[in-house]
Amino acid sequence: MAEVPVPKEKWSGKVGVVSLGATAEEGGSRSRKLTLGGETGMPFLSYEGVMPNRPLIAGEVLDCPGELQEQVRREFGGATEDPVAWAKAWASKGADMICLKLHSTNPEELDCSPEEASQTVLKVLRAVDLPLIVYGSGHEEKDAKVMEAVSNIAPKERLLLGHAEESAYKSIAAAAMANDHAVISFANLDVNLSKQINILLTDFGARKERIVLDPLFAALGMGLEYSYSVMERIRLAALMGDSMLQVPLICDTTSAWKAKEASEELEGHDGLEERAIWWEATTALAALVSGADALIMRSPRAAGVVLRAIDDLNGGA
Amino acid sequence: MPTAIEIFKHLPKKNCGKCNFPTCLAFAMQLANSKAKLEDCPFISEEGKAALAASSAPPIRLVRFGSGQRAVEMGDETELYRHEKRFFHPTAFAVMVSDQMPPEQVRRRAKAINSVRFERVGQTLSFDAVAVKDNSGDASSFALAVEEAASACDLPLVLVSSSPERIRAAASRVAARKPLLHGANQKNLAAMAAVAKDLGCPLVLTEPKGLNEMADLVAKAKAAGAEDLVLDLGAHGLKEQLERSSMVRKLSVKKLFRGLGYPILVEAGTGEGAVLRGMVAVMKYGGLVIFEDISEAQALPLFVLRQNIYTDPQVPIQVKPGLYSVNGAKEDSPILFTTNFSLTYFTVLADIEKSKVPAWLLVVDSEGLSVMTAFSAGKLTPEIVVKALESSAAREKSKAGILVMPGMVSRMSGKLQEQTGMKVIVGPKESSGLPKFLKNLD
Repeated sequence: MAEVPVPKEKWSGKVGVVSLGATAEEGGSRSRKLTLGGETGMPFLSYEGVMPNRPLIAGEVLDCPGELQEQVRREFGGATEDPVAWAKAWASKGADMICLKLHSTNPEELDCSPEEASQTVLKVLRAVDLPLIVYGSGHEEKDAKVMEAVSNIAPKERLLLGHAEESAYKSIAAAAMANDHAVISFANLDVNLSKQINILLTDFGARKERIVLDPLFAALGMGLEYSYSVMERIRLAALMGDSMLQVPLICDTTSAWKAKEASEELEGHDGLEERAIWWEATTALAALVSGADALIMRSPRAAGVVLRAIDDLNGGA
Repeated sequence: MPTAIEIFKHLPKKNCGKCNFPTCLAFAMQLANSKAKLEDCPFISEEGKAALAASSAPPIRLVRFGSGQRAVEMGDETELYRHEKRFFHPTAFAVMVSDQMPPEQVRRRAKAINSVRFERVGQTLSFDAVAVKDNSGDASSFALAVEEAASACDLPLVLVSSSPERIRAAASRVAARKPLLHGANQKNLAAMAAVAKDLGCPLVLTEPKGLNEMADLVAKAKAAGAEDLVLDLGAHGLKEQLERSSMVRKLSVKKLFRGLGYPILVEAGTGEGAVLRGMVAVMKYGGLVIFEDISEAQALPLFVLRQNIYTDPQVPIQVKPGLYSVNGAKEDSPILFTTNFSLTYFTVLADIEKSKVPAWLLVVDSEGLSVMTAFSAGKLTPEIVVKALESSAAREKSKAGILVMPGMVSRMSGKLQEQTGMKVIVGPKESSGLPKFLKNLD
């Protein structure tokens, strides 16, 4: 019989690991800590390397749901009006983590105070024992204050704080470092910028094992191919030994809901709800295949599809 | 192309100089760079010639099925990752009909498959083929169903049966359509290869056991005279599909291993799993996916994923230039303009939507360049903006007379004001500043 050689690549580098959430042992109150990263080969290729940690799904929770899609509200049966109930619903639907976005702090809208917002963080932490990712509203100056308050209100929980970008990283990095939380480094669709922000963060004193990189995953039909290739290039660079890119990757796939095809009826084509679920699931699957270690997702149904896909990709289905 | 050393092995090593290069090694190096011709060597053996011709063939064979404009091309890929250059032949999608359906239903379903169309960024997204399956085990039912499907639409056909006799009977009736025969396995190879050879049709080889067994089957098919092959690796689950497909691609394009250099077929089945298998095939090296069934709501994301992944990374995707209404723009809403580079457009659009302020977004044809790049390249000038205003009849829809320009190109604001006669307002430098900017715009 023919002997087909196994085209195994000998990589010199590997992706570092980042652990999130602290159990009682470490002074926190999470039921378990989760680990991201650690790959020694390209995604899901077991003949080439190991993928010791299954990619994780964080369920998105907004402290003010704003213009959240009706379809998503229905999936949660009304729980979206209250971040605590929303987070609990995610826990019962199989999310590995919760991603709490404190949009209420946006000074151009509700302008809630950092103290108020951090109380929400505390409530969610008390109600759900999963590791927590926390974002502000995306308003640079305000986020600095919000993240400081969030960091201090849960000093032992090993949160993942989002996000630090080149133009504004010091305050959030400082907030994370003060209580040994992890931080998301963010760069806009570019390998070199991704590397740059990680260099800035580590120079500033952040430890690499506390950094998760978000290279901005554009949704299906909205530039997905750029992100897909940037992710592959980051992962290849990491495996080839570029230490500043040897960090786990996180992708926020909730942007899929901004796509026209996921939010509007298309003339002559029915099935908007089904299409919207697949829009997010497809975005997420492309993120996974190109190297994502964690996903932030909006729809539990889409998350269900993706969890089954992850099992199947790991040979478990 | 093989390397110089691999070529050198097949040369006579006489260093006679008749090829006009001093040594055989020098000649081999020129050959490897395509700067010399093998025929220039008077002493090369026939075996050497054959070996080198085979190894300089494309790493993955181009296989066509169907006829006319809708013929499907698979294979001839050269890259492992799309950023290295690009992927060339988009994964084709086929949907199945069964020969146990009444002829009427076969006809209706083939037409329905052919009529699924989505228009998106200037491209038409649709299915590429109809697969007809021999479920009946009856030669005349199968042939009838194949004929019905063929006459109902102009899509290329995949004939699915493990019986060489029934495939031959059906395929000969539509031989001019050059159907893909699916196909051969370890048991029926000789007879099936003969059908493929006689009718000049490409042939699918199915071997679920593994790549070694598949390589054997390929060798046998070639020995039997079948050249245009497609590999059904028979993967169980996504892991096997991804790993086997990745190995085949890598062996072919990076390791110069020739035994498996053919397009890959994925039998996706139906339901959620089928969509996932289709998506993995699109991203990781599938040439053709056959669905037993798939809904429109599942098909569109799949089509768009294929459109995205098979985009040439060197050519930016463009949005159709024109005037777009955002947040229910009315006559008194301002006009904002940006370029037709898709990422720029999507970012600006999302930020205007975030503001909830009704506005018109004028997408100017910058040949797919972003704002700054277009400005530097002279593809975003006051004249071009004026032309876009005119051709989109923007000023008939917006009577406010306000034109908001990207802050990055504020240098052209004076000229723009002169040439449009509108009130030109310089917007924020970054799109993310739009929500705040628009809310304060009075």
